[in-house]
Amino acid sequence: MSLAENPSLAACPGCLAAPAEAVREGEAQKGPQTIRLSLPTIHCAGCISGVERGLTGAPGVLSARVNLTLKRVAIEAERGVTPEALVGRLEALGYEAHELDDAALAATEADREGRDLLMRLAVAFFANMNVMLLSVAVWAGAEDATRDLFHWISGAIAIPTVIFSGRPFYASALGALKGRRLNMDVPISLAILLAVGLSLWETALSGRHAYFDAALSLTFFLLAGRYLDHRTRASARSAAQELAALEVPRAVRLGEAGEENVRVSEIAPGDHVLVRPGARVPVDGIVLEGASELDRSLMTGESLPVFAGPDVAVHAGEINLTGPLTVQVTAAGQGTALHRIADLVAVAEAGRANYSALADRAARAYAPVVHLLALAAFLVWMWISGGDARLSLNIAVATLIITCPCALGLAVPAVTAAASGRLFRKGLLIKSGTALERLAEVDTVVFDKTGTLTMGAPEPQDLDGHDAGDLSLALALAQGSSHPLAQSLTKALEARGVHPARLADLREVPGFGVEALADGQRVRLGRAGWVGTEAGGVTATWLGGEGRDPVSFAFTDALRPGAAEAVEAFRARGLDILMMSGDAPAPVAAFADRIGISQTMAEATPEEKAERIAELTATGRKVLMVGDGLNDTAALTAAYVSISPASALDAARVASDIVFLGRDFSPLPDAFDTAGKARKRITENFTISTVYNVVAVPIALLGFATPLAAALAMSLSSITVSLNAMRLR
Amino acid sequence: MEVLVILIPVSLGLGALGLVAFFWALKSRQFDDPEGDRNRILTEDYDDHPKS
Repeated sequence: MSLAENPSLAACPGCLAAPAEAVREGEAQKGPQTIRLSLPTIHCAGCISGVERGLTGAPGVLSARVNLTLKRVAIEAERGVTPEALVGRLEALGYEAHELDDAALAATEADREGRDLLMRLAVAFFANMNVMLLSVAVWAGAEDATRDLFHWISGAIAIPTVIFSGRPFYASALGALKGRRLNMDVPISLAILLAVGLSLWETALSGRHAYFDAALSLTFFLLAGRYLDHRTRASARSAAQELAALEVPRAVRLGEAGEENVRVSEIAPGDHVLVRPGARVPVDGIVLEGASELDRSLMTGESLPVFAGPDVAVHAGEINLTGPLTVQVTAAGQGTALHRIADLVAVAEAGRANYSALADRAARAYAPVVHLLALAAFLVWMWISGGDARLSLNIAVATLIITCPCALGLAVPAVTAAASGRLFRKGLLIKSGTALERLAEVDTVVFDKTGTLTMGAPEPQDLDGHDAGDLSLALALAQGSSHPLAQSLTKALEARGVHPARLADLREVPGFGVEALADGQRVRLGRAGWVGTEAGGVTATWLGGEGRDPVSFAFTDALRPGAAEAVEAFRARGLDILMMSGDAPAPVAAFADRIGISQTMAEATPEEKAERIAELTATGRKVLMVGDGLNDTAALTAAYVSISPASALDAARVASDIVFLGRDFSPLPDAFDTAGKARKRITENFTISTVYNVVAVPIALLGFATPLAAALAMSLSSITVSLNAMRLR
Repeated sequence: MEVLVILIPVSLGLGALGLVAFFWALKSRQFDDPEGDRNRILTEDYDDHPKS
């Protein structure tokens, strides 16, 4: 939903203009509260001090701190200060502000995992530098007691560090082994632990070679990769969460004291709720009073508004278009149909975890080879040296360390970080770590119609076919209504330079249309039944009245900018394109013609959409689903990879791997291309690390590997791989 | 070579000091808003004395 349709904003226009009434009396709780606002337009030092000064001057505000990186402000305020008042105050100062739902943000505020990784990374860096310093002395020729002392000190630094910093790897490796799988972390953990163990043993025997520095560099480089990976996903996830947090669930409750603006979580079945025109229905319920039309496109994909009057059931997520409705609540919050479907998605999500990342597939092929190689080296050298276990073990461990997938561990995160960063700047949020890999394999694209390929906003068609008198009458009537069809008609007619006819006695009948007197005769613009005719197959409004034949103004959905180009671009890349819609066959066929899609499916229920995708998947297709509505969520989850616009319902955004901000569709083919390039870079990186292993392994197997050689090889390959990834930026 | 007995602890100690300083900075959330910190040096609010 666009911000203009945000219920929290639409629900309380009066609050915005009344900052002076900020402090509400009689709130039960004491102590300061934290309010968070999103400030999408701030960008400079002046904005920071402007916002902070403006807020601290407000009554009841204790302190305000802007975070420019996240474009948010955190406000400590006394109980009773409402976010609306503060938003109003900021908008008066010229800063766009939106309330954020604290609960939805909680997870991003404290990025515990990120800080934990950073801390482990810092420790590994500190230890690595110190041990490296000592190792350089050893490589430079320190002998006997000095060398032993340096080795002991290195060991004293390395052992606690490896235990602390390596924990993410051990935890993940253990998890994989418990599930009888192999992932990248198994060979990593094994190499780190064996290197430290063997070095300790060698040091105790006053040996020449200790691999403490190798174990630490390994830990450091791989942690750096892991942190990079985390950062890219965290920034995408926090942006996605902010989208969710922007939709503060609020409703207007009709209590004994009149209208109250409350959180949806405080509403119980049996309450009466007022839904104003333009607002989203917050609960499931039955209409008690009022007549209006509901836009169900997000729920069902129907582009035609549906009539709502007394005793009609309404559902959370639908948008009230024309008249105010009083709704008796039958279910709120977790109990609504909207929530039940969202929960289904959460269950289905777990199923997709079955996709194994490229890195893990590589590890599965790679780990057994390396481990067998090391074992073979040990056995062969035992045989050659006539039972010298120490020498054989040294060579076996050197093989393990040199082949340790340092470059492999960096190969994927370095590329995905670069690619996600590039797409992030274009307004695409990559929520899943493997989304790009999957996107690169896609061969079929399935689009939803309403709200995805179209903006969900109607546009009048064929105005040339009407006579001038009708047009000017229609304009005059349409000007009197805030219904989306009327407004769109007004805009189109005004753009054509039509002059409105003179009318008297104009009134809007919510849910039906507008009527007035023209030259003493009643004229109406509105629903077909009300004007006195039968509705056709397409979205239309009718003009009629006493003594005239009703004429229809047909509408089509406005195309999303860039949608036609995106469809064309996907086709040019050889992908199959399909359109599925919950809408009636006639508008679907008309639209498909317009945008040039030959395969369509109309009147599809959510289940049919998901089934169709499952069918395609069963025939070996890799399906990209692009959709926005509640009726798409099952399909989004079933698809190989899925994309939704920022205007989609929260449930749909949660279900998809990639969310695109902004209205324009054009970054989509871009994302597909970038994913393809990223996949190519990843494969290149795998090749680089394989080539390097092909060179290094014989050296290690022959027993020529030294800690210096291992350190050099490891750094070189890691840097090569990272530089290769940078080419994507 | 006896000087090593002093130099090694000193080098380790200095490194550890840096590490502790980093921990402190991380814990006191100094890396939460790099954009804002970069811009805040330009505001005039703090020029003569800290904001009360």
